Amino acid sequence: MTPLLSVQGISKRYGIHIGCADVSFDLYPGEVMGIVGESGSGKSTLLNCLAGHLAPDEGQVIFDTRADGPRDTLTMSEPERRMLGRTDWAFVHQHARDGLRMGVSAGGNVGERLMAVGERHYGNIRNKATDWLGRVEIDAARVDDRPTTFSGGMQQRLQIARNLVTGPRLVFMDEPTGGLDVSVQARLLDLLRGLVRDMGLSAIIVTHDLAVVRLLADRLMVMKSGHVVEAGLTDQVLDDPQHAYSQLLVSSVLQV
Amino acid sequence: MTDYNFAYLDEQTKRMIRRAILKGLAIPGYQVPFASREMPMPYGWGTGGVQVSAAVLTPEDTFKVIDQGADDTTNAVSIRTFFERTAGVETTTTTCDASVIQTRHRIPEEPLSEGQILVYQVPIPEPLRFLEPRESETRKMHSLEEYGLMHVKLYEDISRHGHIATSYAYPVKVEGRYVMDPSPIPKFDNPKLGDMAAIQLFGAGREQRIYALPPYTQVVSLDFEDHPFEASKADHPCGMCGAIDSYLDELIIDDTGGRMFVCSDTDFCEARQLAGHKGKDAA
Ligand SMILES: Nc1ncnc2c1ncn2[C@@H]1O[C@H](COP(=O)(O)OP(=O)(O)OP(=O)(O)O)[C@@H](O)[C@H]1O
Ligand SMILES: [Mg+2]
Ligand SMILES: [Zn+2]
Repeated sequence: MTPLLSVQGISKRYGIHIGCADVSFDLYPGEVMGIVGESGSGKSTLLNCLAGHLAPDEGQVIFDTRADGPRDTLTMSEPERRMLGRTDWAFVHQHARDGLRMGVSAGGNVGERLMAVGERHYGNIRNKATDWLGRVEIDAARVDDRPTTFSGGMQQRLQIARNLVTGPRLVFMDEPTGGLDVSVQARLLDLLRGLVRDMGLSAIIVTHDLAVVRLLADRLMVMKSGHVVEAGLTDQVLDDPQHAYSQLLVSSVLQV
Repeated sequence: MTDYNFAYLDEQTKRMIRRAILKGLAIPGYQVPFASREMPMPYGWGTGGVQVSAAVLTPEDTFKVIDQGADDTTNAVSIRTFFERTAGVETTTTTCDASVIQTRHRIPEEPLSEGQILVYQVPIPEPLRFLEPRESETRKMHSLEEYGLMHVKLYEDISRHGHIATSYAYPVKVEGRYVMDPSPIPKFDNPKLGDMAAIQLFGAGREQRIYALPPYTQVVSLDFEDHPFEASKADHPCGMCGAIDSYLDELIIDDTGGRMFVCSDTDFCEARQLAGHKGKDAA
């Protein structure tokens, strides 16, 4: 089987500082990869390099495109990459306000990607937006309200709806549950798990929270100082960590 | 006092502006940056349009200025006087006699012809500005033809008002390529933008942008399949000349709330009255 995403030797430096170094892995269709590690370990740097938001210094990010099969997204033209970014790829930011248009209604937020790919029927856009609000458990009556009037959890769910409405195949998420109350986190996680399963999504999820990866990720990478120090099936890495740093990470969480 | 050049600007500046105009004509709807000059009037008075007019005027030209359709507002009169003084060109209020027409907020009712130039004063040239304040991002959206955001604006309109409520500065797509702000003309005027025989030049002074529509350019107003564009106007005939197809201003005529609708294009209305057309409010 062809990997959906094949990451090869990605490195990114900030001046003399290492952002991430020589990261390689394959992600297969329907798989969810978790990336964990302490603050500053390079998780966001790696994710942004993969999603085309940051240009890495070295490496390849090969995506199995619908039209032309595997292509290095780093060397494709910017229009092609941006087109991927609003069709087959989705990016869920930690802070919903980074991923939403706060001055636009919920319906407009969800509809934007549809309009960006050429949908020109208002009624259809509105129906799809309302349908997606329902799928992320937001009352359809809120369709014309701005996200500024939503709670943090609702904003995050709206951001997810806005991203998934075009049926992407690969979703990048940076701390999607960060900054939310624990009870709100749990509900969001359940929702995400349901969507990932129902839509057969592939995803790469960056998080501090081992509970998140336990619930969502099939596989796990542990990062430290920009390097991947351990990778494997989630349950294996969490239950039987091999690397001393992973052991520390798992045990420190167990103490909480 | 004549210590300034013909039409106020020096020749070098005019050449720079003409280059921007030519580039704009070559790429219809594309916003060309130019080094806007200080003019002896405030920005709100249409310094972008004034600079474009200064760059295209020749001593043989006949110049007309309209503001909201009228030749006699303070703004129109002072710009007309400015070029009478600095360029010594002839001026007129008759649309068909003018070779260069500078305008704010209207396109004349009478169809323009080849050889005429219509110069628009533009306050905000960027149609995407409303939803995307970052200039770097809007420039990229234009270059990559990413115009989904324009429809988000129209979507918001319909969701809030039940119909597309944008009635001025209604966005258009030019030759299937660039999305353009036609300046704050009423959307009633949008259909006149396309396929026009005259050259249309747009100047934004404070924002330092020039863009253009060469004659007979395709211009399409954006819309949705189920909410098509409509060039609406007040549903009345003109009270003075009886015209049923012109854009109307609503006037309060007495202190008991009496109202009257008259053509906003004063030259058009007067010409019709002279030709014997009479509306119900005409004396
Ligand atoms: N724009 C930048 N300029 C310079 N250094 C940066 C920049 N962004 C990140 N870094 C550095 O790169 C390293 C990796 O940062 P990154 O943000 O990827 O970590 P992270 O694992 O996402 O951390 P967190 O969990 O706190 O979000 C850190 O040492 C950080 O200080
Ligand atoms: Mg981070
Ligand atoms: Zn009239």
